[in-house]
Amino acid sequence: MNITTKVNGKEIAREIDDRTMLSTFLREELSLTGTHIGCDTSGCGACTVLLNGKAVKSCTVLAARVDGEEVTTIEGMSNGSLHPLQEGFKEEHGLQCGFCTPGMIMTAADLLSRNSNPSEQEIRESLEGNFCRCTGYHNIVKAVQYAADKMNG
Amino acid sequence: MIPSSFTYKKASSVSDALAMLKEHGDEATLLAGGHSLIPALKLRLNDYGYLIDISKISELKSIDDKGDHIEIGAGVTHGEIVDSALLQSKVPFFSEAADLIGDVQVRNMGTIGGSIAHADPAADWPALLLAADATINIHNGSSSRSVAAADFFQGLFHTAVEEGEMITSISVPVSANAKTKYIKFMQPASRFAIVGCAVNLEMSGGTISSAKVAYAGVSATPFRDSAVEATLAGKSLDDATIEAAGNAAADSASIMSDHFASESYRKQMAKVYTKRALKALA
Ligand SMILES: Cc1cc2nc3c(=O)[nH]c(=O)nc-3n(C[C@H](O)[C@H](O)[C@H](O)COP(=O)(O)OP(=O)(O)OC[C@H]3O[C@@H](n4cnc5c(N)ncnc54)[C@H](O)[C@@H]3O)c2cc1C
Ligand code: FES
Ligand code: FES
Repeated sequence: MNITTKVNGKEIAREIDDRTMLSTFLREELSLTGTHIGCDTSGCGACTVLLNGKAVKSCTVLAARVDGEEVTTIEGMSNGSLHPLQEGFKEEHGLQCGFCTPGMIMTAADLLSRNSNPSEQEIRESLEGNFCRCTGYHNIVKAVQYAADKMNG
Repeated sequence: MIPSSFTYKKASSVSDALAMLKEHGDEATLLAGGHSLIPALKLRLNDYGYLIDISKISELKSIDDKGDHIEIGAGVTHGEIVDSALLQSKVPFFSEAADLIGDVQVRNMGTIGGSIAHADPAADWPALLLAADATINIHNGSSSRSVAAADFFQGLFHTAVEEGEMITSISVPVSANAKTKYIKFMQPASRFAIVGCAVNLEMSGGTISSAKVAYAGVSATPFRDSAVEATLAGKSLDDATIEAAGNAAADSASIMSDHFASESYRKQMAKVYTKRALKALA
């Protein structure tokens, strides 16, 4: 089937196999390999992207579903300079191996769009669907707080 | 993981979706949020020739105040139920329960209609619909029918929905004198219910005039527990009543046992969570 979608602000038209997952489409068709596939079974959140501004696990969304919709991936977060969330992960050491980081940032972006000043508890709850096997989460929470502070000026 | 091949079709309206279902018969299935269906397709537990996407049908996506009840479209997501000011104020345990489903990403995609159609024994919505005495509205293309929640859930992954039919909405009665609560003992990774307890008490002053108490995760089929309800009716919500109601929980149910929780542990947790839910309302 043919789909037309907007990815990171850019209009994209492609012919796809109907059963293609959004994660595969982004990585293999568009070479946007910042979206990671961890579990491929909707458990780990590494593949999280924004669909019309809301965090979704792209391994569990058909590429066909985003026809006519807007997708944002980690590659769409910076506009020349780092997004405050990216800066936060850098400044607060919010990553070690970095595998979970794109998913963490996209989920945190969904949170900050709904709640510009989240508490530590709210940050932890909103990242419930994102697993990190390295950091112990502590610095990830700090990274999100850093971004919230920066975005609130 | 790659599902076996299928043809994707986007439905633009309920009648469009039902016409497609009719055309393709049992080769087709509906795709709502996809958060039960797609994992199953990827594991090749299921296999369909056609997926009919109903997620963009606007008539399935509203939450409407109808006075004595609220009508929730089948395509409303769990996240939209968390955020609904109408449900928060009139049927608070619906918003509470929605917020306990999976995680943000799951709540952004999964729908109430998809959840009840799937009828996973560990899903939350079935207990809520039973305790709210909700009605499920179903359409087959030429006529519609309404089924009480008590008749809708018929077994493991089995409901009253028949081939060629779809759920269009759920009607939830509203009462100004109701006190409601949903809490669950959850599987820590997926957050599916090991024991979910939904309580809906109709109050008359300080007295419980009637009680509806339902469980998710406990049995293969979600159920209301008439023994618990009988202990509560006519009483005030004091410690002795709460203790007696909790102790009566799940005694006559046929209880599931799996690697998350044994039968006796589940039964004990049903009692504990019943007491906790009632205490929260006292
Ligand atoms: C990681 C993870 C965690 C989860 N945690 C929980 C949890 O804690 N609690 C919980 O309750 N659930 C949980 N779920 C399940 C989630 O809520 C699903 O979204 C839900 O069970 C199915 O809804 P859906 O809209 O995604 O349906 P789909 O997956 O699209 O469809 C499911 C089935 O219902 C049918 N269907 C869909 N809509 C209709 C309709 N309108 N009429 C008739 N048939 C229809 C489809 O044909 C399909 O057979 C979790 C899922 C995941 C992936
Ligand atoms: S790769 Fe999608 S949730 Fe793990
Ligand atoms: S930094 Fe390694 S998984 Fe999170």
